[in-house]
Amino acid sequence: MKNSSALSDWVLFLAFAAAVLTMPLWLAPFGANYPDLMQKFAIFGVFAIGFNILFGLTGYLSFGHAAFLGVGSYTAVWSFKLLSMNVLPAIMFSIVVAGVFAFLIGYISLRRSGIYFSILTLAFAQMSYNLAYSVLTPITNGETGLQLSLSDARVLDAMAGITVTRSLPSTNLFGMKMSGMPGFYFCAVVLIVAFFIALRITRSPFGAMLKGIKSNQTRMAYTGLNTRPYLLWAFVISGMFAGLAGAMMAVTDPLAGAERMQWTASGEVVLMTILGGAGTLIGPVLGAALIKYFENIFSSFNERILNRAFEALPDSIQSIVVDTVGLFVGEGWHLTLGLLFMITVIFLPGGIMEGVRRITALFDRDKSGSSSAASNTAAAEHS
Amino acid sequence: MDALFLQVLNGLDKGGAYALIALGLTLVFGTLGVVNFAHGALFMAGAFCAVTLEKVLTISTKVKDESITFFDAYKEVPILEAKFPVVGAFIVDFSVPFAILLAIPVMLFLGLLMERGLIRHFYKRPHADQILVTFGLAIIFQEIIRHYFGANPIPQSAPSMVSGSANIGALFGLGENVVYPWWRLIYLTFAAIVIASVFAFLQFTTFGMVVRAGMQDREMVGLLGIDIQRRFTIVFGMAAVVAGLAGVMYTPILPPDYHMGMDFLVLSFVVVVVGGMGSLGGAVLAGFLLGILQSFASMNEIKSIIPGIDQIIIYLVAVIVLLVRPRGLLGRKGVMEE
Repeated sequence: MKNSSALSDWVLFLAFAAAVLTMPLWLAPFGANYPDLMQKFAIFGVFAIGFNILFGLTGYLSFGHAAFLGVGSYTAVWSFKLLSMNVLPAIMFSIVVAGVFAFLIGYISLRRSGIYFSILTLAFAQMSYNLAYSVLTPITNGETGLQLSLSDARVLDAMAGITVTRSLPSTNLFGMKMSGMPGFYFCAVVLIVAFFIALRITRSPFGAMLKGIKSNQTRMAYTGLNTRPYLLWAFVISGMFAGLAGAMMAVTDPLAGAERMQWTASGEVVLMTILGGAGTLIGPVLGAALIKYFENIFSSFNERILNRAFEALPDSIQSIVVDTVGLFVGEGWHLTLGLLFMITVIFLPGGIMEGVRRITALFDRDKSGSSSAASNTAAAEHS
Repeated sequence: MDALFLQVLNGLDKGGAYALIALGLTLVFGTLGVVNFAHGALFMAGAFCAVTLEKVLTISTKVKDESITFFDAYKEVPILEAKFPVVGAFIVDFSVPFAILLAIPVMLFLGLLMERGLIRHFYKRPHADQILVTFGLAIIFQEIIRHYFGANPIPQSAPSMVSGSANIGALFGLGENVVYPWWRLIYLTFAAIVIASVFAFLQFTTFGMVVRAGMQDREMVGLLGIDIQRRFTIVFGMAAVVAGLAGVMYTPILPPDYHMGMDFLVLSFVVVVVGGMGSLGGAVLAGFLLGILQSFASMNEIKSIIPGIDQIIIYLVAVIVLLVRPRGLLGRKGVMEE
């Protein structure tokens, strides 16, 4: 992202697309090339990209984004139940419904900024979560979560002559089943499309407006510009991305539960974006993938594996080491997550992308010898 | 009438907890200007001080059970009780009140450590960064507690002396059936005392006067040659103690588990916002007010009119207050109104 000419954007986009589509190949050495995990990479990548459009570009920290994810999931499952097991209508409905929902919440929340905005979004998300658990049970099926059943209507499928009698139908794209590798490729394509849209938004005059709001909203207002509509659109678009991510979750696993809307889930996407680098294009995807990868690796560790790993040590030391490491893995994975979160915010507020930039700037300086130029560009890019 | 009176009381004890947490939260915000998302974790830490003390006091040995004569039966009895039958039993019974003595130094230490080690590096950083870093800290607290105490709630009992219910109906000339647990009354009184002493401390001591001056104009107080930073650090420790005490005393009402901090934090934040960021009186007022509102909203009569209102009432009030009067009920003009 040294310069934002159209050509380098295309190079970035093509490289990104190639990297996503070849994930099964280059993730093999990490032991992460199985469909379930890669689907998660793509889903949370979309979620984080969307969150970044709001937080990264405008600086408005929403603590309730998981609500849109949950709404997307519920909508998608209802679409599976009522209309068709085809994923396309499900995804479209999810995006639309999440967008409308985001519009309503955004319209109210965006009347305030800063910490008040965070608390307002948090309040709305908690309201949605509480309601989904209690009075909205007819729609959300409460604690059990919304699931498919054999007696569902599936109007469109019935019209097309597809009926199921014995086992639950699986989600499909015109007959292609959305589980395993096809499911991953579907998610990957969605991720690439989402990335492309985010790229276009960032480079558009609209994106420039948003960045202007982030750096100095008062000045934007003084130039005679009403910032509210821009913010609202950014909020709605990022809500739509979250809805899309929720729909993808339902596509890969057709059920929806209220816990997806809890504020810890909102915190997770904030973490992904921060870890990768808020305001950058690649950062959020990177952060999402890293967190899901570590979650998968760390939470699978248990005492037995640890004992085997530290077998070489003397018994007494082994037990101490296993106990200490055991704090951070398995059930304690969230501890690692919290630690990671703090370390990132304290030492590297720009996330991994800032780290990369610092390192490259270091090398640039060595090569060209003009340290001021390197630091100038770094500063310019950071803003 | 009786039912209404009971609902007010019910609301007051929950409101007491909200008010205590919100008081610390707003104290920290008013002095240090830091938005502390780990404050709920401090409440939880206090609660687990009580759990720890109870666990330590009831380390048990096997003692022969004299009541069973057919065969040798053994029962578990706390060592303390076996060694000193009368005093030991008394101490075990009163473990929750005694936990206050443990919680004060522990929470003070924790608060000072947190302020010196982490928070002070974040004075100048944007609020978003403060929220994020303390959120991370809260997760860490929570997971450490879960690692050592497990995921299930651990019930604590109030001293048997006050485990029953008070017949307060007779006291106020209401119906005979208006009864209310003693412990909740104690909690309410306790909350009132703590709140009163915090206010008295700030109002009537020189230290408190300097702190209040610092809240008004930090720079000016600094220019007068007063090390305001050190006092603010102590205020942070104080806020931690208040949150911890709220947690200790709340354990017999709600069995503590590892996510209680987060649950209360979100609500307390809402309370602070409703009361007015940085306004101590506002936090207390809003705490009790929202507690009472919530308990009224959970009455069946009201739930049948507006289903689900009990789940969302607090958030709803917060949304309305933020939109209509963004500085909060008692907030000062111009403080964080954006």
